[in-house]
Amino acid sequence: MRECLITTKGLSREEIVEVLDHAEEIEKNPTAHYGSQSGKIIGLLFYEPSTRTRMSFEAAIKRLGGDSISMGPVENSSVAKGETLADTVRVVAGYVDAIVLRHPKEGAAKMASGFIDVPLINAGDGAGQHPTQTLLDLYTIRKSAKLDGLNIGVMGDLKYGRTVHSLAHAITKFDSQLNFISPKGLQLPDNVKYDLEKSGTEIYEYTELDDILSTLDILYVTRIQRERFPDEEEYRKVSGQYRINKKTLENAPKHLKIMHPLPRMEEISPEIDETKHAIYIEQAHNGVAVRMALLDLMLKS
Amino acid sequence: MTDKELHISKIENGTVIDHIKAGQCLNVLALLGIDGSDEESVSVVMNFSSSTVGSKDIVKIQNRELNQDELDVLSLISPNVTINIISNYEVSLKHRVQRPEYVVGVLNCPNRNCITNAKEPIESKFNVKDEVISCEYCGTHIEDVTQHLS
Repeated sequence: MRECLITTKGLSREEIVEVLDHAEEIEKNPTAHYGSQSGKIIGLLFYEPSTRTRMSFEAAIKRLGGDSISMGPVENSSVAKGETLADTVRVVAGYVDAIVLRHPKEGAAKMASGFIDVPLINAGDGAGQHPTQTLLDLYTIRKSAKLDGLNIGVMGDLKYGRTVHSLAHAITKFDSQLNFISPKGLQLPDNVKYDLEKSGTEIYEYTELDDILSTLDILYVTRIQRERFPDEEEYRKVSGQYRINKKTLENAPKHLKIMHPLPRMEEISPEIDETKHAIYIEQAHNGVAVRMALLDLMLKS
Repeated sequence: MTDKELHISKIENGTVIDHIKAGQCLNVLALLGIDGSDEESVSVVMNFSSSTVGSKDIVKIQNRELNQDELDVLSLISPNVTINIISNYEVSLKHRVQRPEYVVGVLNCPNRNCITNAKEPIESKFNVKDEVISCEYCGTHIEDVTQHLS
């Protein structure tokens, strides 16, 4: 396993499958892996809010027998005094065996990894990438179906959604079709499209879910953020078009699975939670096994 | 003294950058970080009429021999430039520029949220080996490099 995980762009199919297989082993027999990273400490540097990513990393290292230390909220750390990220990671690297970093700037994880000798995991860099979310997304997809031969729809804010960028790059390593559904102005960024096309992936873009819904195996929904719109009215109008409820799913295939990296706001109605389509809570739960697998492989090497 | 000599008199030692795409000589200087604040004397000829390439620009930098890495950056805006290193009024070395894989500290990333635009101790780095020029940190593409010179 590689020393740092910054983006899914450079991950090979074999590397992805190695993590997913190890996560599967861990999930089948979790006690067998307790203590495998005994004495190891990971440093959690979260410059942005997080619930799932942060807590599942903490749960993962503790279940492996290790521990975590945290910078805590930015306002209580030296960051508030103006310390650079480069200095912070260099200092923390001396305390821990690996660093998990979330930062609001694109490219922060790549830069930070250049200053330290311990493994670094990108837990989200601005609108850039979120590779561990993608690994758990792929694990969830594989558990519910397979990773090849699928028709996958990705809907919502595709421009700023880092989970979307990471997922799109990773899916190109498998033989599945990607369909992107978003309002105009929140479509996939040109640089991501370029990379996908360069890897030989055909991109299908839609503004209406109805145009593609009946053919989908997986629908990956992301949040449309209020701050991306100039005014409240425009936001309401657009976000209203990309909401999933029972009526929206009338023409959906029975086997369709709906995923969401969470947190959700109004894009998936609670009435969907009890249907067989919903796998987003299970998806979040898978974060622990997948992050255990990733930490186990990275810390071993 | 002919008009031609008036425009481009010889230098004793230094670097002559010839066959610059017409109109690009000021961008060449910007790319090389030459802004007149150092001691070297710089001559610039713009839209010089050439029998082989039509119009071209020429830059002469006295008493400074630019190295290959510095000069290869010029391939971004004018791939056909030729470089003459001058010693004692004679051309001691003549070569062309090659497109490098990366340029460091030369271009600004247009993405204001890129880490290279934060107060961090790093220089910008752009991958220029593909047909598009992209920020090595955030992936943002640049089309017209002259709009993003540091």
